[in-house]
Amino acid sequence: MDELLLDVQDLSTHFMTHAGVVKAVNGVSFTLHRNETIGIVGESGSGKTVAALSLLRLVPDPPGKIVEGKILLKGRDLREVSNEEIRAVRGNDIAMIFQDPMTSLNPVFKVGMQIAEAIMLHQDKSRRDAWRMAAELLAKVGIPDAESRVNQYPFEFSGGMRQRAMIAMAISCNPDILIADEPTTALDVTIQAQIIDVVREMQAQYNSGVILITHDLGVVAEIADKVMVMYGGRTVEYGPIDEIFYNPHHPYTWGLLGSLPRLDLVEKERLTPIKGQPPDLLMLPPGCPFSGRCGYERPDECPLTMPDTEIVGPEHGVRCWIPNDERVSARSELPRFVARSK
Amino acid sequence: MTEEVVATAGEGAMEVKPLSPWADTWRRLKKNKLALIGLVIIVIFLLVGGAQEIANLLGPHNASESDTAAQRPWWQRGYLAPYDPNGGDFHAGPAGPINPPSMKHLLGTDYLGRDVLSRALVATRISLLVGIIAVGIALAIGLSLGPISGYYGGAVDSVVMRMADIFFAFPYILFVLLIMTVLGPGFRNVFIAIGILSWAGYARLNRGSVLSVKQVEYIEAARAQGASDLRIIFRHVLPNTMAPIYVAIAMGIGGAILTESALSYLGIGMRPPDASWGSMITDYQTYFFAGQWWMLTFPSIALVVTVFGFISFGNGLRDATDPKLKE
Repeated sequence: MDELLLDVQDLSTHFMTHAGVVKAVNGVSFTLHRNETIGIVGESGSGKTVAALSLLRLVPDPPGKIVEGKILLKGRDLREVSNEEIRAVRGNDIAMIFQDPMTSLNPVFKVGMQIAEAIMLHQDKSRRDAWRMAAELLAKVGIPDAESRVNQYPFEFSGGMRQRAMIAMAISCNPDILIADEPTTALDVTIQAQIIDVVREMQAQYNSGVILITHDLGVVAEIADKVMVMYGGRTVEYGPIDEIFYNPHHPYTWGLLGSLPRLDLVEKERLTPIKGQPPDLLMLPPGCPFSGRCGYERPDECPLTMPDTEIVGPEHGVRCWIPNDERVSARSELPRFVARSK
Repeated sequence: MTEEVVATAGEGAMEVKPLSPWADTWRRLKKNKLALIGLVIIVIFLLVGGAQEIANLLGPHNASESDTAAQRPWWQRGYLAPYDPNGGDFHAGPAGPINPPSMKHLLGTDYLGRDVLSRALVATRISLLVGIIAVGIALAIGLSLGPISGYYGGAVDSVVMRMADIFFAFPYILFVLLIMTVLGPGFRNVFIAIGILSWAGYARLNRGSVLSVKQVEYIEAARAQGASDLRIIFRHVLPNTMAPIYVAIAMGIGGAILTESALSYLGIGMRPPDASWGSMITDYQTYFFAGQWWMLTFPSIALVVTVFGFISFGNGLRDATDPKLKE
């Protein structure tokens, strides 16, 4: 196994609002190695983005606060370091690609300037060298005619090209870890595939670890090595990509997979949406956050306490009160898994 | 793999070249006749006021500058002025010091035999300088405090905004009078007084824009790159909040020129015999009703036209940058 880059233990980030404490992230743990890609999936409000922002201490404080846990970047706890040091980490060790390329580039600066600025912030490079590197990076992420494109403003770029420019900016300092926060959500499907390819190529070239945040399981299937499924600020299931897709154990994971269209089926199949609404993060039950929408719920256990992680496969854990054999039999009745067994 | 990606990204990328924000603003400003007139007025007066510098740029030596002109302070140089603006001559014409416009003195002479045209030309320079420098001082204060206030919020914001409130709460002209009394009259003190009293408007205007810009993703992206707070505020946030500021600058210069005139009219602005439009108006008003109209008329027209120019240009600029008015 490659070098361990990031070891997140029991991370909890809460927001102290006037209405009460919003537990956006609640005891999340995961590890990331070099050359590895972890997909964090979950619906809106499940805490994916806050978890990622917490890694760089970018959660606005106040009202947000990392209340618990360790963020070990190559053994150094990022919660303990000074503001100066975390700024040196940002962009240099851990870089981030944001969701909306239309608003993530500063409209008043040339694209090249923004990439060059990132380089000059962390490396001892002259302005001219930084500009030259910016042009090289733009070419590397597949922008044609990069030499003249560096002198253009973001409004002269299309959405896909802006996202490429964002990736160029993120990889400019050769970061160990690349956090991609829904990098394809704002793009149309053909551009999505290209962007995923660019991310993958850059990862191969720089040997980075990638944290991919998305609600699109299709994207995860393309690129991730392992998956963490989040719901209501908690990790409900994690495991290698094949385990999550072919041997999912948590009812919420079933729901996510059930709402995914499939091309490989001969018979027509209806998509099954997950019933109900996402939980109010102000009033999470003390137990499993999915209780209330689950459908397999045990009213005397599920809402009251969160179960411990149960290992159900290689590197594959799930937090659910339903006994293993019952889960397997319940799953086999789902249309998606019935269809698969044919 | 890469080649394929490159090919698809290249298609259609160069078809329509979108207008830059500046070009777009200019396109809409061009349709506004009044604003264009204002712009032309501003340019003409700037050319007149800066004639000395322009002449220096065009030629290495300055033939027309007389000995007395070279002795005047830099802000009183009038390259176009045919006579010394402060030099009186009791035999300026057949009627003694006061002469109506003639070929020798195009705008006539005043009660000390001073050439009104020369005085008006130097006054143009002084009035514009006061307006521009005063707004510059106000911007320097307002655009450092405003963005910091808006970006950090909380206690910093409260302190800065309450300070601004204090400046707003005093009657403006009274406050300027107070400061001028403390500092004493004179060219430098006029723009200092106007400058330090009008920062609050710029600070508050800018703070509002900063509040919305700091939420935008590219600010978070800059933070994720490891940029420091000050760098984010002044390099990433501030340039994105400038559109309303440009409008305020145009309006503000007109306003500062008016304030300077008011101060000089009240006798605490420019120190006599230095000419500014306000001091000329107050000097010459008594002669107007005695039939010697030429002294008062020309500086008054110049004042009105300049202020009109700045304000109508500012108005047009505001309409042109207002996204709600975009077609």
